[in-house]
Amino acid sequence: MTSAIAVDRLEVIFDRFRALKGVSLDVQPGESFGLVGESGSGKSTLLRAIAGLAPVASGSITVNGKTLGTRRDKAFYREVQMVFQDPYGSLHPRQTVDRLLQEPLAIHGFADGEKRIQRALDEVGLGNGFRFRYSHQLSGGQRQRVAIARALILEPSILLLDEPTSALDASVQAEVLNLLEEIRRRRKLTFLMVSHDLAIITHMCERLMVMQSGEAVENLAAADLVERRVTKDYTRNLLRASDGFVRTA
Amino acid sequence: MSGETKTLLDVDDLRVSFPTRTGLIEAVRGVSFSLGRERLGIVGESGSGKSQTGRAIMGLTPPQARISANKLAFDGIDLLAASPRERRKLRGKRIAMILQDPKYSLDPVMSIGRQIVETLRTHEMVGKAEARDRALAMLEAVQIRDPARVFDLHPHEVSGGMGQRAMIAMMLIAGPEMMIADEPTSALDVTVQLDVLGILDRLVSERGMGLIFISHDLRLVSSFCDRVIVMYAGKVVEQLKASELGRAQHPYTRGLLNCMPKIGADRHPLPVLDRKPEWAA
Repeated sequence: MTSAIAVDRLEVIFDRFRALKGVSLDVQPGESFGLVGESGSGKSTLLRAIAGLAPVASGSITVNGKTLGTRRDKAFYREVQMVFQDPYGSLHPRQTVDRLLQEPLAIHGFADGEKRIQRALDEVGLGNGFRFRYSHQLSGGQRQRVAIARALILEPSILLLDEPTSALDASVQAEVLNLLEEIRRRRKLTFLMVSHDLAIITHMCERLMVMQSGEAVENLAAADLVERRVTKDYTRNLLRASDGFVRTA
Repeated sequence: MSGETKTLLDVDDLRVSFPTRTGLIEAVRGVSFSLGRERLGIVGESGSGKSQTGRAIMGLTPPQARISANKLAFDGIDLLAASPRERRKLRGKRIAMILQDPKYSLDPVMSIGRQIVETLRTHEMVGKAEARDRALAMLEAVQIRDPARVFDLHPHEVSGGMGQRAMIAMMLIAGPEMMIADEPTSALDVTVQLDVLGILDRLVSERGMGLIFISHDLRLVSSFCDRVIVMYAGKVVEQLKASELGRAQHPYTRGLLNCMPKIGADRHPLPVLDRKPEWAA
């Protein structure tokens, strides 16, 4: 079976700074794969490199059996869509939800826009009532739902999720995570998800990769992490940190 | 924690509201609590009024806001009746505040050392050389390995964790009796977060300060504080000992605890909060 995403010895260099130092990754179709690490570990850079938003110096990225060049064509973006971390920054402040959702449809020349917009809004649990609102009239959770609707409207097979809930309150986070899981089940999507929160990754993903300063530390199944079968100290530290504060006295 | 019972801060029926074009927004609606030399957590989601409560105590409420209370007293001083001059004397000297993101709350054009020295010399009559020595000692106390180097750095030259330590150093140098920490670790990585909390914990217990720890993270707060206040829509819905969080009564507290993904708990879908209008009543 061809992998949904295969990344081979990928290097990303910003000026002279090596943000990714030969990272390889393999995600099967329909799988949910997590990337964890601290800030600066390169997890978001890896995601952005796949989406064509980071300068790739060497290595290769293959999506659904097709090796990507430096420029992404339209067909790629019909397959791969991204949801960004900050729902306050990723929606155009002067466009209504309707206008935001029409943009990808216009770019890709879809004729049945009306129907698709309604379906996308229904799917993320926002009714038609939200269609002509501006993003400042929405709460953080509603904005992230609009961002997810925008990603889904082209019916991609792969979603890249960059900390999709870290800007949200805990209760809203639960709603958005549930929504993402349900959509994945219904549409048989492949997820590649970045988070600094191990609990979210083990909840959402079957496999994960731990990253540190631009390199892969280890690959694990989520079940291994739950059973604490980890081999590297770095991962163990992350696990301990996610247990919360322990007073040493 | 200990048997210390002296009340440092007394808050009774605190209200903060903001007049807007569309009417009065009540951010804090009758909050009451008291603080001794202990660690008190205030938890709530965005818009629950937790930060405005902290700011009202500190005297940082915006001028257009209306603020009222039956009692808002720090060590017997009525904070609402105090003159701006008196409040300035308290602020930084006896009550300190740590903010969320060191990137925005440190002065970008002043070296870290000078900022710390400025705080000290505002509140105490000390010479330049002594102030420098004390600032260096304070930087060392917050576990900065090379204090002399960090002293001369500007905030953009240090990491988030280091910046937050510098901020703690700056807040502690005048020896405050009470500290308000508003989301002090939310902008930091989980591992760095624990280091910073460890430092804060040690300094607070060594110096016998009262600490108000404001956060949205119920789990973190309960592992760090002695007592927790849960706020919802500007009101306190529940007050309980951190160790008894598992026995929380209010559905909001329980919902908040429940809805977070946990390592090892296989719950699909996650339980979500079913907000009842009577919680806000």
